[in-house]
Amino acid sequence: MKNIKQSLAVSLWFIFLTFPLMVVKVNTSEQSVQWRWMNILWVGVGIFILSFIWRYALARKEANQMAAQSGQDGQDKPSKIHVLLENPEIRTKAILAFLAFVLVFPWVFDTYQSTIMISALIYVVLGLGLNITVGLAGLLDLGYVAFFAVGAYAYALLNYHFGLGFWTCLPLGAAFGGLFGVVLGFPILRLRGDYLAIVTLGFGSIVKIVLENWSDFSFGPSGIANIERPGLFGMQMDIAGSTTYIYYIMIAMVILTIVVTGRLKNSRIGRAWIALREDEIACVAMGIDMARTKLSAYALGACWAGMVGVLFAAKTTFINPASFTFMESAIILSIVVLGGMGSILGVILGAMILILLPEYLRAFSEYRMLIFGAAMVLMMIFRPQGIISNIRQKYEFKGLKEKSENV
Amino acid sequence: MEYFIELFLGGLTRGSIYALIALGYTMVYGIIQLINFAHGEIYMIGAFVAYIVCGVLTIYGFHGVSILIIAGLLAIVYSCAYGYTLEKVAYRPLRNAPRLAPLISAIGMSIFLQNYVLLAQTSDFLPFPSLIPNFAFMEPIAHIIGSPELVILVTTLVTMILLTLLIRYTKIGKAMRATQQDMSMARLVGINVDRVISMTFVIGSALAAIGGVLVASYIGQVNFYIGFIAGVKAFTAAVLGGIGSVPGAVIGGLVLGLTESFAAGYISSDYEDVFAFGLLVLILILRPSGIMGRTTKQKV
Repeated sequence: MKNIKQSLAVSLWFIFLTFPLMVVKVNTSEQSVQWRWMNILWVGVGIFILSFIWRYALARKEANQMAAQSGQDGQDKPSKIHVLLENPEIRTKAILAFLAFVLVFPWVFDTYQSTIMISALIYVVLGLGLNITVGLAGLLDLGYVAFFAVGAYAYALLNYHFGLGFWTCLPLGAAFGGLFGVVLGFPILRLRGDYLAIVTLGFGSIVKIVLENWSDFSFGPSGIANIERPGLFGMQMDIAGSTTYIYYIMIAMVILTIVVTGRLKNSRIGRAWIALREDEIACVAMGIDMARTKLSAYALGACWAGMVGVLFAAKTTFINPASFTFMESAIILSIVVLGGMGSILGVILGAMILILLPEYLRAFSEYRMLIFGAAMVLMMIFRPQGIISNIRQKYEFKGLKEKSENV
Repeated sequence: MEYFIELFLGGLTRGSIYALIALGYTMVYGIIQLINFAHGEIYMIGAFVAYIVCGVLTIYGFHGVSILIIAGLLAIVYSCAYGYTLEKVAYRPLRNAPRLAPLISAIGMSIFLQNYVLLAQTSDFLPFPSLIPNFAFMEPIAHIIGSPELVILVTTLVTMILLTLLIRYTKIGKAMRATQQDMSMARLVGINVDRVISMTFVIGSALAAIGGVLVASYIGQVNFYIGFIAGVKAFTAAVLGGIGSVPGAVIGGLVLGLTESFAAGYISSDYEDVFAFGLLVLILILRPSGIMGRTTKQKV
């Protein structure tokens, strides 16, 4: 009864809150008002139900926290997926099956499907790149798409002015991205996390404004068209063939990214990033060069964005500043956050869900950003570790335990 | 010289709006060390509510100052309600979480609110009626400073004075300062910290709503996206002045407004935003604690 009263109060509050925006719609040119009373009903009923779920979820979260505090390692329990993947036999089988599926994909489905898949894969690599900066090193970067733009424009302009090919530009794009990362990162990485977020946001906007206004350099808002597709030893390809080709390049890039970030994560520098994310002061006290470690994470993330930017330009053959808005940065960030910060598998899954779902559920694509926003909030409150959490590397001294049991 | 004065007053007007919004950032940051990313959206919702109320009232035959007052008051009420709810839903459950969590939650909330307004209303730029009448006594100097600018400057000034009095002399103001200094100590002496934080959000939202209504009637249009860029600018202003400091936010807002105005007037108006962000980066490199900020030592 108390619950119902509470939910009723909440839903009344939200009806009040959403009243002007949801119900009233003014048309000043025709001097008419449209009253949409039905929306009150939707809001009221929706919030009534949601508030029950909300309370239940909060209570459960608190109970979990209590349990984690009283028991020693209730929280660090690996999830079922991790347990499954730990098993080497299942692991190899899963990877092989997945690889087989990925390789035959363009032959089974049509070009349209491959195109969608390519854009999803672009986001996978972007997500994994940002994962280095945000997930591993804990540096919130809200202007990530700027580096993506740098890569795309680097290829488009080099191709336009000097006729450089895709394969020459791929490393160049990565280099440009990394260079921008270092130049921007150097002065601002001494700042605390939240300042960094706002400065990177500003930097993202600056890049877009410059691209829009400096017409002599970037051709302004009209963008650059007729960018060369990647070539294969001078072979002529039709659109379907070239899509398949780009698809395979993309797959190779994803695999490369997974291998590199996977290796980096467990290297000396990767450990330093994670330590820095957890506690800066303790980390510096342990003798880690903070500026250099942060800078390397920032530059490496930027590097990947630059590289994918080249591929993006080659895939769409047309780029303009409108492709590089803050919303793109927000989407990439939500991929990392929803998938699970620091977890490679999580980020891949996050990208697939976030990019492919709206693509196939057209009716709901209008609500895409709304749902992303809500999901980011809910994820932070109820499952900050993401869909697939990153497991901590732990070292256990197994020998001692067995011995003590024997005694 | 006249051009200079025009730019100066334009910058002052713009800067005082930035200052109004920046105060919301600074007050919230001062208490819970959180960049309330969705603050710009509160400002946008304030402007939108005012737009809707104005539209309805005009159609039902009201006019003149009565519209301005009703629309302004309702905008403030709704912004406060949104600010309060925002804090309760998105930030309170994360009070003890690691720093990155509330920040991401705030970004999510900002995206959510933008798209909520976009879907519930429209993505078009809507014409906002100019509510501020042209005063007769302003005629002789109207080519330098118009009535809207004067109203904005005066409103901002009055709001600032009221806010200063509120923080300095009222009970809630004292509680806010105590919470800012030491949250657990404030709790020990019997201050309801949760209530103080809620109040901070409410006051900040009210200031943002005032800014929203003023800007909307000054520029003459509203859109679901206006909160984003205004929010970033206001945050820049808050950082410029030294985040957490109330007079700092005002000074930062004015400095930013003047810089933008002069840069747009003498250099190029296309790159207005670039100058603002450039200034932010410069300040953060040279003096990370801002103009009025104190450097605090980090303790383990």
